[in-house]
Amino acid sequence: MSEVKNILLVGVGGQGTILASKILSEGLVEAGYDVKMSEIHGMSQRGGNVSTQIRYGKKVYSPIVGKGEADVIVAFEKMEALRWIEYLRKDGKMVINDFEIPSVPILMGQAEYPQGILEELSENVAVLVIKAAEIAENLGNSKAMNIVLLGALVKAMNVEGVDWKKAIQNNVKKGFEELNLKAFDTGYNL
Amino acid sequence: MKTIMTGNEAVARGAYEGGLVFASAYPGTPSTEILENIVNYKDDIYCEWAPNEKVAMEAAIGASVAGVRSMAAMKHVGVNVAADPLFTFAYTGVTGGCVLVSADDPGMHSSQNEQDNRNYAAAARVLMLEPSDSQESKDFMRLGLELSEIFDTPVLLRMTTRVCHSKGLVELGDRVEMPVIPYEKNIKKFVATPANGKVMRKNLVQRLKAMEAYANTAEINKPEYNGDEIGIITSGVSYQYAREVFGDEVSYLKLGMTFPMPMDLIKQFAGKVKKIYVIEEMDPYIENHLKMAGIQFIGKEVIPEYDELNPDIVRKAVFGEREEGIKVSQEAVVRPPTLCAGCPHRGFFYALSKKKNVMITGDIGCYTLGSAPPLSAIDTCFCMGGSISSGHGAAQALRKTGNHDLKVVSVIGDSTFFHSGINSLMDVVYNKGCNTSVILDNRITGMTGHQQNPGTGYTLMGEGTEEVDIPKLCQAIGMKEENIYIVNPNKLDEVNKALDEAMAKDEPTVIITKWPCILKKFSPQDKKEFDLSPKKCSINQDKCKKCKLCVGVGCPAIHSGDNIEIDKVSCTGCAVCKQVCPFNAIEEV
Ligand code: SF4
Ligand code: SF4
Repeated sequence: MSEVKNILLVGVGGQGTILASKILSEGLVEAGYDVKMSEIHGMSQRGGNVSTQIRYGKKVYSPIVGKGEADVIVAFEKMEALRWIEYLRKDGKMVINDFEIPSVPILMGQAEYPQGILEELSENVAVLVIKAAEIAENLGNSKAMNIVLLGALVKAMNVEGVDWKKAIQNNVKKGFEELNLKAFDTGYNL
Repeated sequence: MKTIMTGNEAVARGAYEGGLVFASAYPGTPSTEILENIVNYKDDIYCEWAPNEKVAMEAAIGASVAGVRSMAAMKHVGVNVAADPLFTFAYTGVTGGCVLVSADDPGMHSSQNEQDNRNYAAAARVLMLEPSDSQESKDFMRLGLELSEIFDTPVLLRMTTRVCHSKGLVELGDRVEMPVIPYEKNIKKFVATPANGKVMRKNLVQRLKAMEAYANTAEINKPEYNGDEIGIITSGVSYQYAREVFGDEVSYLKLGMTFPMPMDLIKQFAGKVKKIYVIEEMDPYIENHLKMAGIQFIGKEVIPEYDELNPDIVRKAVFGEREEGIKVSQEAVVRPPTLCAGCPHRGFFYALSKKKNVMITGDIGCYTLGSAPPLSAIDTCFCMGGSISSGHGAAQALRKTGNHDLKVVSVIGDSTFFHSGINSLMDVVYNKGCNTSVILDNRITGMTGHQQNPGTGYTLMGEGTEEVDIPKLCQAIGMKEENIYIVNPNKLDEVNKALDEAMAKDEPTVIITKWPCILKKFSPQDKKEFDLSPKKCSINQDKCKKCKLCVGVGCPAIHSGDNIEIDKVSCTGCAVCKQVCPFNAIEEV
């Protein structure tokens, strides 16, 4: 493959986006791609927006993805999907977790959480909506929400020759391997 | 073996492979993870958190003089603190190789300014390397230690946030064990008295010539010729952006060593291409060198002199192309950073924000977020350690001009107090100031992700150690015992009482708020000293009158919609909100 592929994981601090992107990039490295990944998180430990950009291909230069260039964006939180939509290619795919985390102005009643995000985005691009929190909770732990989303993302990326199982086992805490593998498969097979 | 690493991890790896023996740093985004990764090699490398960057630099200098390879790491503004020893170290030179890592933050992702520290290399006249990705971060760190010894100079390794925090593939190598260079007393080299200094200065000029000659032939200053129409001169991460935008058809001169500047090489390159672009982030640093040499080029007239660059910006600047993202009608609401649910600073700031006629001088740390609404409890913020001294100046000025109604409260964190706030407090006490200094002791360095500091009782390498006793320290510098208040910041009445008493006095006072950061890994001592058992609060909807006073504490766990509700996942039960509810609607559950 000569062309570089661009993936964005966007969410809110504390949602496990970093772990998901770590597994993703390790899997891609194992599969022989050149990989660059860039993380941005702001000043606060919790609650601010977090985004990870992953680029892979034969040779990757810039670690950042430009507007209108992402092949797949997975939004761990619904409003973040709206924030990052500009980065998606016109023929790109978006995976959206149907999950809301209001930000401070919304908590304080100074702004409203935007309504109809899923409807509007679906009109414009290919969207896959997932209730990852529910799925993960049914599997035994709502925290595995990030791995459910990772499964769905990997499916949407359509890459071959990656041992995702191994990458997951390498990166999750001991004792949680089973749960996370199940979460990944569930996400993948949605 | 190839593995994926951040630039910071790679710097640590390069230090290890380069035979480093001593490392010191003060945590600061985006540099923090360098030492956090060096600690993984603690069998070979001694490493520590220093109370501030000047101390880190000086300790690294001492280790170098003692004959081993050493480094200090800090964020860009930290170099301002370390600049004093750095400039003289440039005169004396090294024994063991020594690298200073400056992690700059273009775009101010988590900093108070975005200064371009390439200017420091030129001002101090130390050799400078600029890696553009993780592989180079490792290679250049290693090379820096070698060049430091070859040219007898400290080396500045200039990173930027994007290089520090992005990951790429890195080929690992083995460690070279460097023999310790036996110590020899050398007063003429290392004692910077004016008489010795004058000789050193001459040597420095000689050394610059040697370094420039090297720069012109160094492998890391790489011309890549692909045709003679367009030539790009660039360094650091800007190279990656330029490569992305201009592709394989144009020529590049990628500069890995940018002080001294390889002027012969640049002139040669310039002679081979018709049109030159200088693509660099922040200041016109390379550009000014080209101007002095009379070379024609296109640079800052199109490339912005502020904020972080990226391929989009470069593309637009050069080709005028517009990005073509998908547009939708709605906009996402901003998600500003905020004090965490259960943060011990919230209770204190809530109480302080209700006081009338106060000027609140602030500092750098999690608690800077106390400036955000709804608390809005900080009026100024300049630099690490500056809150108490700027508060002192303000309070003295108000007193001198007869304004006794406006009181000054200065707030500072524990780590920042040790960093340089202690000096400021000495100034207040010794010069009979009258501001109230509040030390927000959350038992850790919070904002950078929980590093130990002299007040926590643990070293970077994980050993237990002597802990600084803050109240005793304050007494030792002359603060009267009766003017020191120690409070639990989650108890609003305690905070209010201390604030009222302290602010009423016309002499220096200190309030120490003591409660661990809610996100820290509690030490056995924390568990003994504080009641940290898990708790939750909840709103009794029958009693709630929707007055929204609790919303005013700004806790991200309190949601204000049709009903006011507390999110049971994120609430930590600190009960600050409970204390402000006039209807007793908030209950511990
Ligand atoms: S990390 Fe700790 S100190 Fe910082 S805002 Fe969160 S709770 Fe407060
Ligand atoms: S008790 Fe109140 S202020 Fe404290 S964390 Fe819970 S909701 Fe926030």
